[in-house]
Amino acid sequence: MDLRFTDEEIAFRDEVRAFFRENLPEDIRRKMIDGEMVSRDDLVRWTRILNEKGWAVPHWPVEYGGTGWDPMRQYIFLEELQKFPAPSPLPFGVNMVGPVIYTFGNEEQKKRYLPRIANLDDWWCQGFSEPGAGSDLASLKTRAVRKGDHYIVNGQKTWTTLAQYADWIFCLVRTDPNAKKQEGISFLLIDMKTPGIEVRPIVTIDGGREINEVFFTDVKVPVENLVGQENKGWDYAKFLLGNERTNIARVGISKQRVARIRELAAKEMSGGRPLLDDPRFREKLASIEIDLKALAITQLRVVAADAKRGNSGKPDPASSVLKIKGSEIQQATTHLLMRVMGPYAMPYQSETDEGSNEPPVGPDYAAHAAPGYFNYRKVSIYGGSNEIQKNIIAKAVLGL
Amino acid sequence: MDFDLTEEQSILKDSLDRLLADRYSFEARRGYMASAEGWSAEMWSRYAEMGLMALPFAEADGGIGGGPVETMIVMESLGRVLALEPYFPTVVIGGGFLRLGAGDELRTTLVPQIMDGSLKLAFAHTERNSRYDLTHVETVARKDGHGYVLNGAKSVVLHGDSADRIFVTARTAGAARDKKGVTLFLIDPRASGIGLHGYRNQDGQRAAELTLDNVRVGPEAVVGEADNALPLVRRVADQGIAALAAESIGVMSAMHKLTVDYLKVRKQFGVPIGAFQVLQHKAVDMFVATEQARSMAMYATMMADAEDADERARAMHAAKAEIGRAGRLVGEMAIQLHGGVGMTMEYDIGHFFKRMTMIDITFGDSDHHLRALAEAGGLTDL
Ligand SMILES: Cc1cc2nc3c(=O)[nH]c(=O)nc-3n(C[C@H](O)[C@H](O)[C@H](O)COP(=O)(O)OP(=O)(O)OC[C@H]3O[C@@H](n4cnc5c(N)ncnc54)[C@H](O)[C@@H]3O)c2cc1C
Repeated sequence: MDLRFTDEEIAFRDEVRAFFRENLPEDIRRKMIDGEMVSRDDLVRWTRILNEKGWAVPHWPVEYGGTGWDPMRQYIFLEELQKFPAPSPLPFGVNMVGPVIYTFGNEEQKKRYLPRIANLDDWWCQGFSEPGAGSDLASLKTRAVRKGDHYIVNGQKTWTTLAQYADWIFCLVRTDPNAKKQEGISFLLIDMKTPGIEVRPIVTIDGGREINEVFFTDVKVPVENLVGQENKGWDYAKFLLGNERTNIARVGISKQRVARIRELAAKEMSGGRPLLDDPRFREKLASIEIDLKALAITQLRVVAADAKRGNSGKPDPASSVLKIKGSEIQQATTHLLMRVMGPYAMPYQSETDEGSNEPPVGPDYAAHAAPGYFNYRKVSIYGGSNEIQKNIIAKAVLGL
Repeated sequence: MDFDLTEEQSILKDSLDRLLADRYSFEARRGYMASAEGWSAEMWSRYAEMGLMALPFAEADGGIGGGPVETMIVMESLGRVLALEPYFPTVVIGGGFLRLGAGDELRTTLVPQIMDGSLKLAFAHTERNSRYDLTHVETVARKDGHGYVLNGAKSVVLHGDSADRIFVTARTAGAARDKKGVTLFLIDPRASGIGLHGYRNQDGQRAAELTLDNVRVGPEAVVGEADNALPLVRRVADQGIAALAAESIGVMSAMHKLTVDYLKVRKQFGVPIGAFQVLQHKAVDMFVATEQARSMAMYATMMADAEDADERARAMHAAKAEIGRAGRLVGEMAIQLHGGVGMTMEYDIGHFFKRMTMIDITFGDSDHHLRALAEAGGLTDL
């Protein structure tokens, strides 16, 4: 047993760091540090820089543009990216639909979509959830009826992250209403410019504009946009949801936020001295650091096991452990960061909402603290809520 | 012991709850928030007509002669609908300074104006480096003839932008965190040298940044004892904490009710999600936390008038720490159990969560009060 990185891994880490230092545009880094949302253009710019270097889709098979890195290197890359902090590549393309396409799609689809995902020429969004189908995703109702060369799609998706920017949406749709609910679902790729699609924004509690409702009225989708076989969409969806293993705990993001808390707690005063000198504050921070250290090692155990065995790509309850603990720690860090601001967490200063404040109130780093805390309640809800993750572990690991 | 309300108190509660049920739906509140003031002038006059503003003032001053229990009743009901009007800074805090600190002349001039709804007040105490410490005052009031000249800046002054007069702490002697040397002034925000920048807080309540640039005031602007305002300030802040604890109970009970209702109607996997035992237990945890907080809000109410400053302070530290913890648990679980809809601005639950989070920060968060209680030696009257 050895919990240290090898010399080669350390050299690799330094190379990755140096690349970020030299290539991430400063304005984007600034936004990341302040907890501001990066724009569509920011992410496109950054993805193209990564793609130029050949690092936009490291975990993909080499033939589709992957780097051939082993799982440990992939992990190091992502942790360093998040810690830097640099924006993560758009997950809907790179981590979700991309792997589904190269695993289950046909040659034509691979050629057409994969290079454009890697370069963020196409912005993808995920059309799974519906108003009546959240945790119980398989009860989804959006219908696709085959008519000649097309499917006619009718229904509604919701909570669709960043659909306002999207060129494409991948959807789970019901193609056989008479089959068992998991067996009548198909996986369709839909061009957002198709007539009959309407995107309506949903404002989140922090004032953010990141989620949407997407309505489909008689939307004509060519049959060649079906991935894999008709009525097998549920298998592809399970693959997609279980595929996210090396990054699900988001250790790098929490490490970066802990560093930020330290930095700002040294500036903010409490009782005539820096807040960071307050033993009770330090205790709280240390407690999060302990949790985070343990999580990082747990994450690395999963990565190391994958490196030995090869990632089966099957849903694995280890992902659930990482998701639960990872989300709890992310939420604890956003709460503590808000605490650092004291009374200056109160003013509402959203850039996107009309009720926002000009000029800014208090220290310039305070504006995103409370919204960040509010917004991060989402991480224990989306991608399979923590209750659902616990159901999975109870069943699959504990045999209960 | 008696935990029951008197008949008059029950009538007060019922008539206020009726008014709010009628006029303070979530949609109505959205309209009030979007108005220029950010709250409802019409509701404000209704409160005045109902006598809410007269509650804490002595009968001799034309008031109703109520006490902390009446304030608790009002604040809990206002919390349940997330009322946006400046009742807290005007009646609880401002009224507190007038009742406990002002001379006869000032009191008899201003109290009637509070009671008829024409005077709104605010309290400016937070400074860039003060965090939650009321003794940390860097704003300076320099003696100038009979009067004073004020210089400094105050932050997050609740409802500062609608206030007709603002109470301000300033240092007339000593250094930033000395216990002696703080004086309380009542200033007119239209006076020259005052900058006021109003905005909305995370929870939709209004606030303002206040700057004082050579603001001249006469000797009559001093409220209470010059150079020694801290005992008064602490006493009124403690009463404020008791009122916020009561408001929290309204907020938490509303969150609990909304969540339990939601568990009954939201269906997944063919059943109401309230059928899942893990969610039942979470709803129970919310209930237990709310009841514990309610008990501490009552304790705070009973201690709000205590003369012994030390004993009173410990009680308020304990109550504020408890409502902060319980409020966080209830709020976070309420969002979690609502799933995606809990994350939306359009749905009501998130607004309760945000108000609860801001109440925690007002007059010191739960960490601050836990630390203060521990440093004071804990709750010794167990
Ligand atoms: C910010 C945000 C972004 C999102 N982005 C996307 C996106 O891009 N694309 C997309 O398709 N979806 C997206 N989602 C949707 C997300 O995946 C769903 O919100 C999630 O699946 C939960 O579904 P729900 O909101 O309907 O809650 P519900 O399923 O109604 O759950 C409500 C509560 O009940 C609990 N619960 C439900 N079933 C059980 C059970 N069997 N046992 C115990 N507890 C249970 C849940 O844990 C939760 O606490 C997003 C959500 C959010 C909040």
